[in-house]
Amino acid sequence: MVEQVPYINFAWLVPALPLLGFLITGLAYKRLKHNQAGIIASTMVVLSFLVSAALFFVLQSSGKDSATVTLFNWIVIGNMNIPFALLIDHLSLTMMLIITGVGALIHIYSIGYMHGDDRVNSFFAQMNLFTFSMLLLVMGANYLVLFIGWEGVGLCSYLLIGFWFKNPAFNYAARKAFVMNRIGDLGFILGIILLFLTFKSVTFSEVFSHAAKLQPGAPVITLITLFLLIGAVGKSAQIPLFTWLPDAMAGPTPVSALIHAATMVTAGIYMIARSSILYNLAPITLNVIIVIGLATALLAAIIGLKQNDIKKVLAYSTVSQLGYMFIALGLGAYSTAVFHVTTHAFFKALLFLGAGSVIHAMGGEQDIRKMGGLRKKMPYTYFTFLAGTLAISGIPPFSGFFSKDLILAKAYEHNILIYILALGGALITCFYMFRLLYLVFSGEQRLPGVHPHESPRVMTIPLVILSILAVFGGFLNIPSLLGGDSKFTTFLQCAVISKVPEEISRYTEIALIVISLILLIRVIIFVYWRYVKKALIPAGETETKPFFSRLVYNKFYIDEIYIALFEKHFGYLSDFFFHKIENTVLDPVVDEIGAATSRFGTMVRRLQPGNMSFYLFAMVAGILLFIVFILII
Amino acid sequence: MKEVSSAIQLIPLDNYIMLSVALFSIGLMGVLFRRNIIVVLMCLELMFNSVNLLITAFSAYHSDPSGQVFVFFIMIVAAAEVAVGLSIVVMMKRNVESVDINLLNRLRW
Amino acid sequence: MVFLFYMLSAIMIISALLIVFNRNPINNVIFLIVCFIAMAGHYILLNAQFLAVVHIIVYTGAIMVLFLFVIMLLNLNKAIIPHKSRATRILAVITGGIFFLVLLAATRQTIEIHPRYPFTSDIGLVKEVGQTLFHEFLLPFEMSSALFIAAMVGAIMFGKKDV
Repeated sequence: MVEQVPYINFAWLVPALPLLGFLITGLAYKRLKHNQAGIIASTMVVLSFLVSAALFFVLQSSGKDSATVTLFNWIVIGNMNIPFALLIDHLSLTMMLIITGVGALIHIYSIGYMHGDDRVNSFFAQMNLFTFSMLLLVMGANYLVLFIGWEGVGLCSYLLIGFWFKNPAFNYAARKAFVMNRIGDLGFILGIILLFLTFKSVTFSEVFSHAAKLQPGAPVITLITLFLLIGAVGKSAQIPLFTWLPDAMAGPTPVSALIHAATMVTAGIYMIARSSILYNLAPITLNVIIVIGLATALLAAIIGLKQNDIKKVLAYSTVSQLGYMFIALGLGAYSTAVFHVTTHAFFKALLFLGAGSVIHAMGGEQDIRKMGGLRKKMPYTYFTFLAGTLAISGIPPFSGFFSKDLILAKAYEHNILIYILALGGALITCFYMFRLLYLVFSGEQRLPGVHPHESPRVMTIPLVILSILAVFGGFLNIPSLLGGDSKFTTFLQCAVISKVPEEISRYTEIALIVISLILLIRVIIFVYWRYVKKALIPAGETETKPFFSRLVYNKFYIDEIYIALFEKHFGYLSDFFFHKIENTVLDPVVDEIGAATSRFGTMVRRLQPGNMSFYLFAMVAGILLFIVFILII
Repeated sequence: MKEVSSAIQLIPLDNYIMLSVALFSIGLMGVLFRRNIIVVLMCLELMFNSVNLLITAFSAYHSDPSGQVFVFFIMIVAAAEVAVGLSIVVMMKRNVESVDINLLNRLRW
Repeated sequence: MVFLFYMLSAIMIISALLIVFNRNPINNVIFLIVCFIAMAGHYILLNAQFLAVVHIIVYTGAIMVLFLFVIMLLNLNKAIIPHKSRATRILAVITGGIFFLVLLAATRQTIEIHPRYPFTSDIGLVKEVGQTLFHEFLLPFEMSSALFIAAMVGAIMFGKKDV
């Protein structure tokens, strides 16, 4: 018996509390009035956060790196034994604190945002179910428990994107997200199966200890990591499976903040970081990840330049930032990726909630061309949104600076080309974020008849807390250059095995920071000049635009390409199966089976006249035949 | 007593078998022959008893008392069966005003 | 002794046939009683005295009285129910005959059993049967009380006017 960390057995409370909240709000959703569901759901997540924090301190004080809590034996078949176990280590604790902490703030915010919606109770039930699944995902001690959470968050994402299911377009978006995720899940399942076949286990610790004996670059490892990568690409919305995320903005804004910015989309990054030992053995896969991440970061950022829907801009920015995390993963800097996950969770949740506050104030309007001049009317929202924008743009000392700069530095070490492209992406990010900020908050209000007002306190308080986190979150990991000790990276080291980095000289690092700072400030000045001084407003739907501008505005026609490439053909195939196979073969066969049974029954029914005497004769005849049969044999 | 028990030595077992089979067949014929449900029940009793007789004969020829205990149990079952059967007859009479077996013709689909 | 056997057998078969062919239910009951008494004689011939006594008590004394009561209760003492059709009756007789022949054919193939020697003639006495009953078959014997309870409850349930 391994010596256990004290009180660690209470870890099951972390996912159990949101599950309890889900059961209460889900089962009693007809009885709960007003804000009761929201209060219950938020309380559960806050309690879960407190337990997570307690676990953090317990693990810290015990001096151990990780602890496994086995709840029960789940699958025991032959020599396959898969326990339902939770793994508490530094990586999962980080994720748990993000999920429950940011999740709690978003839950509280939702009480204000969803106020007055008919189905507010089911909303909170689904949000709690999501939190439960996400916690299971990050806490699972083997790939199967992770997979339960993985599927659970996919389901909740589907439910919540299509939350306002009366709008067909929203349903379509939900379905799209589900199908895209499913493609990724297939890869993930194949990866798990291959993993099991190779290592005879799916438990992290066993798999990793087996894998350490393998040769780097072994084909089986490359194949496994590629399969797992497909899952991560689907879940984290990378090329080629990224188109669902912008459409997922159909859901309520807190959903976008929680699921499609802070937590679920980072599941893929978590999974790869968790499997870092496997990925370290597969250099080919790492290069694939870099290419995917870089392409996604740039493409999404460019598309984001021309979007006019406040949430769409943020969605493409999320895809772009996820691309940065992938770049970090591909460079083998897993802890950097997780660090960017953390800061991104803070500032992107903040930006989404701020956008929600704006939409709330504008009475549901999402088009930034119609906003403007909100700075005076919504001071809290403005300042918190500004903090988020500065953070995502990477202006020191905001949190985004630390994480993004770390990624850029790693990229420079690896290959100067990656660095230049990534820096370009960062500049574009800066451009469209400030464009968004100025269009929404500066100038004059462009939509008559709406009287924006500051949101209620239940919404602004989470905004303020998140903005504090977004501003100071970077101090978790002050690089040695600025006199820090890279606490966060060191903290994650025992859970995530990063590739050994080459030392970068101090002067190069300073030069890199200065270059990016100068460029960022130039971009900001340009944006200010363009949208505040000249007060340019992006062109409307119908106006003619130059070719490249039109291309970007229409998202490079990727959706249309997918429809032409896949959806149409599948449509033909389904039509073929429906009209030719089902209607002409299957249906008649099934009908004929039924009809034949019925006809046979009608025939045999004559044997049952209902007359007792007949039955008696029949019985005696049967017995006679039976005896004669025995005699003859 | 000696005199009576000597029947076992004088009469071959075959005779008992033939007697039982004859009684059983007559009982069966009665079941098929009659329409009065009470008489049908009586013929069933006759069939029961032919079997009882055969078991007793076997028991005696094997010098094994278990067979006779078995017959005793059959009698118990027969008594219970007759009680239930006759109450069904009474109910039938009350419902269809007759004990004619041909009126029980609803036993179909 | 052999004469006694044949005489009892003849009485039994004739009365059994009369049960089948006589149309009056009261007469049927009387013939059945005769048949049963003859059977009790057979039991005595087989030296199964206990069974003979129980047989008289249970069948002649209880069951047949029950039959008589039901017949009187339902007022069936006349031959009011017609016979089945002639074809059916002939078919019934033929079926019975075939059955008899088939069973005989079946028993022809068995090995003939002779009485086992040394012959113990007192196995059918009350003492012997009682010993077996209360040693080997005590549990089934007690269980049969449950059967009786069930039968009684069932009979009462069926007998109630409004089920």
